[in-house]
Amino acid sequence: MRISLYATVLALTFGAGVVSANEGGHVGWQRSADTEIGNLPSLQRGARNFMAYCSGCHSLKFVRYARVCEDLKIAVKQCDDLLVRPGDKAIDYIKASMPAADATEWFGKVPPDLSLVARSRGTDWVFNFLTTFYADPASQKTGVNNLQLPGTAMPHVLSSLQGVQNAVWRNVETKGEGGEAVVAREFEKFEPGVAGSITPAQYDEFARDTVAFLQYAGDPTQLQREGIGIWVILFLLMFSGIAYMLKKEYWKDVR
Amino acid sequence: MSAVIEGKGGFRAWFNKRLPVDQFIEDQLTGYYAPKNFNVWYFFGSLALLVFVMQIVTGIFVTMHFKPGETTAWNSVQYMVREVPYMWLIQPMHAVGASFFFIVVYLHMARAFLYGSYKAPRELLWVIGMLIYLALMAEAFMGYVLPNGNMSYWGAQVIINLFGTIPGIGPDLVEWIRGDYGIGDATLTRFFSLHVVALPFIIALLVVLHLVALRQVGSNNPDGIEIKAKLGPDGKPLDGIPFHPYYTLKDIVGVGLFLTVFAIVVFFMPTFFGLFMESPNFEPANPVSTPEHIAPVWYFTPYYAILRAVPDQKIGALLMAISVAAFLFVPWLDRAQNKSIRYRGVLSKLLLGMFFVTFLVLMWLGLKPAEGLYVMLARIFTALYFAFFILLPFVSKADGNGPVPERVTYHAH
Repeated sequence: MRISLYATVLALTFGAGVVSANEGGHVGWQRSADTEIGNLPSLQRGARNFMAYCSGCHSLKFVRYARVCEDLKIAVKQCDDLLVRPGDKAIDYIKASMPAADATEWFGKVPPDLSLVARSRGTDWVFNFLTTFYADPASQKTGVNNLQLPGTAMPHVLSSLQGVQNAVWRNVETKGEGGEAVVAREFEKFEPGVAGSITPAQYDEFARDTVAFLQYAGDPTQLQREGIGIWVILFLLMFSGIAYMLKKEYWKDVR
Repeated sequence: MSAVIEGKGGFRAWFNKRLPVDQFIEDQLTGYYAPKNFNVWYFFGSLALLVFVMQIVTGIFVTMHFKPGETTAWNSVQYMVREVPYMWLIQPMHAVGASFFFIVVYLHMARAFLYGSYKAPRELLWVIGMLIYLALMAEAFMGYVLPNGNMSYWGAQVIINLFGTIPGIGPDLVEWIRGDYGIGDATLTRFFSLHVVALPFIIALLVVLHLVALRQVGSNNPDGIEIKAKLGPDGKPLDGIPFHPYYTLKDIVGVGLFLTVFAIVVFFMPTFFGLFMESPNFEPANPVSTPEHIAPVWYFTPYYAILRAVPDQKIGALLMAISVAAFLFVPWLDRAQNKSIRYRGVLSKLLLGMFFVTFLVLMWLGLKPAEGLYVMLARIFTALYFAFFILLPFVSKADGNGPVPERVTYHAH
């Protein structure tokens, strides 16, 4: 009985779960972020990366410096010296340094708050966004484009690290709406362009750490949650076991 | 009644003379006889009650920190889960609890289909249950809109506009529901009022009526035969056992296992692969940015698939309304002599099996974009969905009359 109840509930929930998995196929540039949310050094590097390269334009308006330092076990001294922006207090929320009015003037829009980007877009999306900038002369404002978010207003802020890669395209014939042949451009691969200050592997690591930090920022309690959850589940299993033995004892009378 | 009170002096007698607690417990629990052959399907009634209570309790805490309104709702949810102690647990419990509510309610309804629990004399019990289901749908929909995420916004847009398809009064009705020309502050504050006051009251009242009706007619069982027909010398049903302690203890086992599954989801996968919490809802409402494809939460998607299967929106909305309302008439559409599927013919079994599969396939289709093959499939399965209700009177009449056992099937263990 115990097993069949489990089976019923799990079959229903997971049966429904399979449904939403695997939307769309994977093309060459789409990679998994492979972040490790339990890896504190990675999260700490990510926090440093975010403050150094992202926080000029992007806020984390629901995240306080002090909370980051507490959760990621960054010492108070280091926290104040390396993380908290001069002029801010540790208890402050992480705001963008750039005024919104300037942002609108420079980029045409205010750069979005990133508190929940890893939850709304997913970690893979953010990772691929950070890694697929390429030189595009057609983009007059920034000179670059992005495979994950074509036409993005964001310049390649990380080009000093990654450099600027070139995209190689091939022509693919597909059928148009009326059945006629249409030639479309399809991404084939990246080629090294302007070199950056770190290797591609190091850059992937950089992006991965940053995404891991954003993943933490989207759901800061997840670090503690799973640790508590184990005990809750163990307790509930023990409770169910005892309840089952009690039930069995009483039900002996039923013929 | 007097037996309970007599022979006991002191406070307990004094108390019971003024408030019949002992009497109530005897009527409802120790003296209420339920069939002894309940199987695993019979857990879901008590579990639905458990989830209801859990939603009320977690809801009380969420309400303490939630600030309804266009500009405040989203921020207050982020604030509570990030900065208020233990709200990181309670708020997701409330959100995930909504999905689990529908899981147990759907299984509870499936049980009624399997064993004919809606058949005479339990028609009203079923109808009240269906009213609970309707109220629950309204409650869940409004709860989903409240945090004002982007899917909240666009989902509400789609659902409220459905009322606009009602001839004549439609457009005015939509405006009246929203309280504005678009989904705005007025919509969110009234949904808050309905979600935390009106609908919980209505659901609680209906649950009480559901239980009163159940006590009146007694539980059905997997064999679908009336245990009251065979009474022992003491006037109690031969195949019945007192609800307490037997089923209270058994239900507690169900509660333990249910909470284990619930905890696994809440602690380890609260979004449940984007099904229980959809990723576009981690972005605040944005009237100029539509999510890639708008899909309601999984428990509404069977009806959503039916809506989209029809090219004409008016007819689609009408079919959707009929598809939900059809459940109300099942007690009278099912004309079999026997209640339980165990004692019906193979046609009935196939028909019911087809209906369960159809419901799940429509649920899946409702999550998919309405394009290409999915549209064709949605049309086929919409037809199958209605075919069930149309065929039920004939199939049940034809092969639901075989012999049934005298006594319930039960193997002591």
